[in-house]
Amino acid sequence: MNKRLLIALLASAIAWPAVAQTTDPIYDRPFVAGTGTTAIGGYLEGNTNYVVEDGISEGFSMELRRFNIFLYSAIGSRITFLSELEFEHGTEEIALETALIDFRISPQMALRAGILLPPLGTFNQNHDSPRWEFVDRPLVSTRIIPSTLSEVGFGLHGRVPVGGIDAGYQIYLVNGLGNGIVNNTEGRTDIPSGRDEEAFAEDNNGEPAVVGRIEARLPRWGTVGLAAYSGTYNTWRVEGDQVDDKRRVRLLTLDYAGSVGPVDLTGEAAMAWIDVPNGLSELFGDRQHGAFLDAVYPIHHGRVGAIQDATVSVAVRVEYADLNVGTFSGTGGRIGDEETAVALGLSFRPHAETVFKMNYRYHWKSDLLGNPIRLAGVQAGFATYF
Amino acid sequence: MKPLRTVGAAGTALVVAALILGGCDAVTPSLPDDSDVLAGPLEGLSGAQMASHLKGDAGFARVFSPAEGLGPLFVAASCESCHVADGKGHDVTTLTRFGQFRGGRFDPMREAGGPQLQHRAVAGYEAERIPREATGVTRLMAPAVTGLGFLEAVPDDVLLELADPLDADGDGVSGRPGWIELPPWVSPGPAARENNGRYIGRFGKKSAARDLVHQTANAYSQDMGLTTEFLPRDLTNPVVGMDTGDIAPDPEIQSDEFQSVVFYIRTLKEPPRRNEDDPQVQRGERIFAEALCTACHVPTLRTGPSAIESLDRVTFAPYTDLLLHDMGPELDDGYAEGGALTSEWRTAPLWGIGLAADSQGGEARYLHDGRAATLEEAILLHGGEAARSREAYNRLSAADRDALIAFLESL
Repeated sequence: MNKRLLIALLASAIAWPAVAQTTDPIYDRPFVAGTGTTAIGGYLEGNTNYVVEDGISEGFSMELRRFNIFLYSAIGSRITFLSELEFEHGTEEIALETALIDFRISPQMALRAGILLPPLGTFNQNHDSPRWEFVDRPLVSTRIIPSTLSEVGFGLHGRVPVGGIDAGYQIYLVNGLGNGIVNNTEGRTDIPSGRDEEAFAEDNNGEPAVVGRIEARLPRWGTVGLAAYSGTYNTWRVEGDQVDDKRRVRLLTLDYAGSVGPVDLTGEAAMAWIDVPNGLSELFGDRQHGAFLDAVYPIHHGRVGAIQDATVSVAVRVEYADLNVGTFSGTGGRIGDEETAVALGLSFRPHAETVFKMNYRYHWKSDLLGNPIRLAGVQAGFATYF
Repeated sequence: MKPLRTVGAAGTALVVAALILGGCDAVTPSLPDDSDVLAGPLEGLSGAQMASHLKGDAGFARVFSPAEGLGPLFVAASCESCHVADGKGHDVTTLTRFGQFRGGRFDPMREAGGPQLQHRAVAGYEAERIPREATGVTRLMAPAVTGLGFLEAVPDDVLLELADPLDADGDGVSGRPGWIELPPWVSPGPAARENNGRYIGRFGKKSAARDLVHQTANAYSQDMGLTTEFLPRDLTNPVVGMDTGDIAPDPEIQSDEFQSVVFYIRTLKEPPRRNEDDPQVQRGERIFAEALCTACHVPTLRTGPSAIESLDRVTFAPYTDLLLHDMGPELDDGYAEGGALTSEWRTAPLWGIGLAADSQGGEARYLHDGRAATLEEAILLHGGEAARSREAYNRLSAADRDALIAFLESL
């Protein structure tokens, strides 16, 4: 690095006073407020499902989807620590989802390092269940954007005013997704299968992935974000010898959160390009795309029985994901492997941190060949911060 | 919030809530009629048999990863990717087989990776290509697997009675059994008929497999690159000097999983009929017989003794004689297999043909390689022993052709 630039950076770090609180979404959690130096919090999420697939149902089932524990600590005036330990489906899956420190270099810039949530779209960092009116997470955010994606890495983030716009940026180097994108038990290109906890210890190919997001908070319009991810996912060399071509996965996402009148809108769209080995042609897609939009309309805010400040909302979600974009070379027909869903929701928030939700969801799927599959069902659940 | 708006919004919420609470039956996908679905177990299975069937169903649907043994060379990653919903396959999973005529004999070119092409490979491995020296290449679209237990349970004697290799009855149709050599791990069975050390094959489009164990082990190996106790070696690509398999411990399919998948296939139901009482369908069936289509597509067969009650000495309607027939140059791909010559094909069972499109993405493809887009096209591509039936079809009036097609679509 240029010596003069380095000196300037260090000087600015020393000269700038610490800011009280970042606007980063991962700190936008109620347990953080009013803490001393360390706080413990988390959220709990459970639900029931009744789903029918092509006329066949396994009946009702109940699940405790997630029990997540947050640990937050302010270390001095410039350093904060945050971790999140997730228990999914009881103790079926236990994962360290976040464990990071933020070192605030200046009001406009902080260094982040550790196990972090890459800003691949907005949902990956804003996925806490109490924030959402629907039990299921969006298709595009889980099938294409592999939320929840945790990566070990480091980078910079911050906010800067640009004209009258409050702009934010995040950019990180991370170990990146792994071989599971094509080496998986899904029989298709599956970006979520590229998540690998071994990547917390070591990169599988020695080439970090880059992920970054910029966002603009537009007065009266809401927040628009644009994010990109690019990285080599396969183990292309072993003990220094090349054993495969380098294969990259690239994602581009566009997200929005804002309001139109009384309706809150949240949406995310993603496109993915995946270098797939020739030997997996057509079964494994090299392009994917999808999007979702949630519209939430509060129909009552105020007293409900003895509860003050309760909110009752109706919501609708429309979503789509095409996991193998293209046509069959043999027949010219469209490759299937896509999903569309519409969900209706009714939610009750006795206060902002707790939500009881009921959803009805109709889900159209097609397999690789385009054969249709229909699912529909009702879900009722709760989620609360603590 | 204004009172009127609140009331309207609450009404909306109530409608939504009512929809959610009351909608389990009204707004969920309904079960298709049984006659519109190929998949499903035999009626009359005991609880234990049903448990095995369902275990096999899970094995049939299992998608394999390279870590579990898929490949390194393969065509598809699961049984179900070729036989979607137990139905007919699609171009994307159609098998390619090749060979070469050398000195008057057909050579399956094993040293070049033959006879089956594995045109897919796991990452880091090189997929096969058809060698330039190949003189015969055929493509084989996966058949429906429903009802195969019935076909397996037909005694050899029934097939021998149907055979007429010298066309003694003079109808121009001369079906013969596909006599094949069995690998040591295939048991011919107690009622098997033997001919100079060969046994009758009945599975595969050229009758190259004796029974469902034989067929399933070949499919695990050749289609998915998965080893079993019967075929414990991975497929490799010697042409490019890659003679090593994967590192998954062999056999990659354990015996219990293999046997339950075989049991699952064996205990799938008979493909259902539809519109049997429709006069047009009934007329079409008469025309089908008058055009001598039934000389090969024999309407009914009878099973022999079976430990599975639903398969035990029952008459069923597969519309096949399970014999090899010369289909003429129209369907001669220059590829021989088992006991079948290049122009010979085992009579395809027609049951389930009316539901073919349901597993093929809505666009049905017919014949061994899916070259026919319509049933009429498929009929017109029949040659050789079936040429007389094809000509009979050509002489039919438009109404009679429609009736014949309606009959086929009812199967």
